[in-house]
Amino acid sequence: MRRITSIADLEALRRKLQEKYRAKKLRIIVCGGTGCRSNRSMEVVEAFKKEIKSLGLENKIDLKVSGCHGFCERGPIVVIHPEQIFYQRVKPEDVPEILERLTRGEVVDRLLYEDPNTGRKIKHVYEIPFYAKQKRIVLSKNGLIDPTSIEDYIATGGYKALAKALQMKPEEIIEEIKRSGLRGRGGAGFPTGKKWEITRMQKSDVKYIVCNCDEGDPGAYMDRSVLEGNPHSVIEGMIIGAYAIGANKGWIYVRYEYPLAVKHATLAVHQARELGLLGENILGSGFSFDIEIVKGAGAFVCGEETALLQSIEGKRPSPRQRPPYPAEKGLFGKPTCINNVKTWANVPYIIERGADWFSSIGTKTSKGTKVFSLVGKVKNSGLVEVPMGITIRELVYDIGGGAPDGKKVKAVQIGGPSGGCIPEELFDLPIDYESLTEVGSMMGSGGVIVMDENTCMVDTAKYFMKFLKDESCGKCVSCREGTQRMYEILSDITEGKASEEDLQLLEELANVVKDASLCGLGQTAPNPVLTTLRYFREEYLAHIREKRCPAGVCKALIKYTIDPEKCTGCDACRINCPVGAITGKPKEPHSIIQEKCIKCGICRDVCKFGAVIVS
Amino acid sequence: MTDISEFVDKCIEKHGKFLVPILQDIQERFNYLPEEALREVANRLKIPLVDVYGVATFYKSFSFVPKGRHVITVCLGTACHVRGGRRIVDAISRELKINPGETTPDLNFTLETVYCLGCCALGPVVVIDGKYWGHMTPNKVLSIIRRMREEAKQA
Ligand SMILES: Cc1cc2nc3c(=O)[nH]c(=O)nc-3n(C[C@H](O)[C@H](O)[C@H](O)COP(=O)(O)O)c2cc1C
Ligand code: SF4
Ligand code: SF4
Ligand code: SF4
Ligand code: FES
Ligand code: FES
Repeated sequence: MRRITSIADLEALRRKLQEKYRAKKLRIIVCGGTGCRSNRSMEVVEAFKKEIKSLGLENKIDLKVSGCHGFCERGPIVVIHPEQIFYQRVKPEDVPEILERLTRGEVVDRLLYEDPNTGRKIKHVYEIPFYAKQKRIVLSKNGLIDPTSIEDYIATGGYKALAKALQMKPEEIIEEIKRSGLRGRGGAGFPTGKKWEITRMQKSDVKYIVCNCDEGDPGAYMDRSVLEGNPHSVIEGMIIGAYAIGANKGWIYVRYEYPLAVKHATLAVHQARELGLLGENILGSGFSFDIEIVKGAGAFVCGEETALLQSIEGKRPSPRQRPPYPAEKGLFGKPTCINNVKTWANVPYIIERGADWFSSIGTKTSKGTKVFSLVGKVKNSGLVEVPMGITIRELVYDIGGGAPDGKKVKAVQIGGPSGGCIPEELFDLPIDYESLTEVGSMMGSGGVIVMDENTCMVDTAKYFMKFLKDESCGKCVSCREGTQRMYEILSDITEGKASEEDLQLLEELANVVKDASLCGLGQTAPNPVLTTLRYFREEYLAHIREKRCPAGVCKALIKYTIDPEKCTGCDACRINCPVGAITGKPKEPHSIIQEKCIKCGICRDVCKFGAVIVS
Repeated sequence: MTDISEFVDKCIEKHGKFLVPILQDIQERFNYLPEEALREVANRLKIPLVDVYGVATFYKSFSFVPKGRHVITVCLGTACHVRGGRRIVDAISRELKINPGETTPDLNFTLETVYCLGCCALGPVVVIDGKYWGHMTPNKVLSIIRRMREEAKQA
């Protein structure tokens, strides 16, 4: 494509691309997000290509591979536009039938989503309860465009906000962002407009901006999905931000372990540069800006802003004292504005539709929407975007569908290792920055893990503590030694070796680590422990006093037995037990030799009759 | 010039003084960071070898020993953990007699763990030589490994 040098040029190009985009009547979009890809969605794409060609439908059907549609649980997902027919769990073998029906204006019933409550087959995306309660801004184009095509992005209105912003004064942009009420989506929720203003006010000839896509939370994938599914929205947000702040260079810091996100971001930057949306004199405005991609090598602490900056500089990344904040003294000693991926991705929408529109969504202190990765013991695992202020209950039940297999949801962990567990009794809490902090958790970057009656809360606290002690950079004694000691105590509890004094010690340690650590990792490390102690103390006590794990998880405290009433003597467990701990004749009730059993749980997995009991 | 020093040359040409991308390229090319390569990097960039190690040891994605022919990666992200990821690691460890991060003496298998692969809906997830396996159980993963061993024997 030819380099464009003015706003008029961009609009002319957009008209041309829109014509092209609308030329074909039907559009088949196959999800190419990581979840669907690992479920063979690329084979589905190949099947479509082949079949469309053999039916000679190349001029009628536009086939696209998009980013994550959100409903990963039901992948591979195929959506057919303009009608928005939603097909789920599509296999390559289904493709000929889909096309054959499509040409006759019919649908394939068996591939539609079935509402588990009513048994009704649902035809359209927007009627599915998982989507109905969402409000998609950041994710709005995720299932709509091909992330490797700048043409798609422009045809669907992309870079319009940039054109508008370049006609505004930098101060006006900052004012607009301030008025919108946008707060950082990386966790702490610092007002974005204010951060931009502080960076702008610094006296320095050189300023930088950084996009934080380190996504250290060990159970979340929203940031990578935004960068994978719609990289240009992040780039557009960054160009607008850079113009407002007065920066000429930006970095996108992505995890090395996210190859698809790295690939799509790299390609998008290249395309934007070719087209003249990055580089010298952008759209004839006189403003110049460029972006470089940096691959992080995977350490949780690298997501902390001061450590991240050192990592970009090629130094061993350990956090440093703030102030000075990066906005004052950041990358290579220059004022640097660092924001989360989703923060940047919100910017074009705010500029285009206005601060008033954005601030009309959400609560008094938390505006707009929030993207969550809703996972764990929940029926509809996936990526969701909801208005701030929605209750946890709506998120977990109305959108998530509750726990699978008729189990009862016990709690959610929001905010990853820095966040906390929130019990079911508090699910009517509206989701905003302040109310989550009040109950001992935090907004975090968007990880939500649902836990059911079979999740042990002590084990969960131990899991996060192990993660944090491994990831502590070791600079402060309180964090390095404190997380290690807390982990040991939690391990002792799960093994039935702890006393009630240990529990007290655990609480004391938690408070010391919180107060004496330098960076957010240490300061928030005790949150999972403190919240589980606050809301699930009786579970801790059961481990300590009765040497019992009520959820049936902690190996040292559980026992596998076979219910002779239910056992049919099918022999499956005996054949599969790795240590020969099961005896019994075919067609007769079996039993487990406790001394031999290593508690691997395989017998319970293979028993089709629910005869293996954990107690 | 040896293969290694030639490759290091190229990386430095590409990335200048930025250590992490240089190490990432070396890791990608050799599957681990050979000592010779790290010495070469230190020499060429005129920085002490301990500094190169200081950065390299900080990140978990770098390995200092060669990996096996097959790499098995088990997700221990939170979502996979609550769905029983640990049991899968234990089962593989028992079967191959190695701990996570280790390679079998015959260099056939390396066992690794990661945090979240971005497909939590399929949890627990195991990746074997780049292929994703969802909804894993200890038994399913063991039968895959046993099949791979059989195939290795026949080949
Ligand atoms: C241990 C630790 C890990 C963090 N990880 C991330 C991360 O993965 N992504 C992110 O955007 N912010 C992360 N943060 C927050 C950043 O330090 C920083 O506040 C954020 O990138 C600012 O962007 P925002 O204002 O747009 O939220 C982390 C903070 C700490 C203390
Ligand atoms: S709190 Fe922990 S991670 Fe943060 S600087 Fe101190 S030791 Fe490092
Ligand atoms: S838990 Fe494992 S070791 Fe114990 S009896 Fe069942 S299969 Fe055998
Ligand atoms: S698998 Fe279940 S039903 Fe079959 S022998 Fe074992 S316990 Fe009995
Ligand atoms: S990856 Fe396809 S819906 Fe998430
Ligand atoms: S936690 Fe395993 S894929 Fe996300």
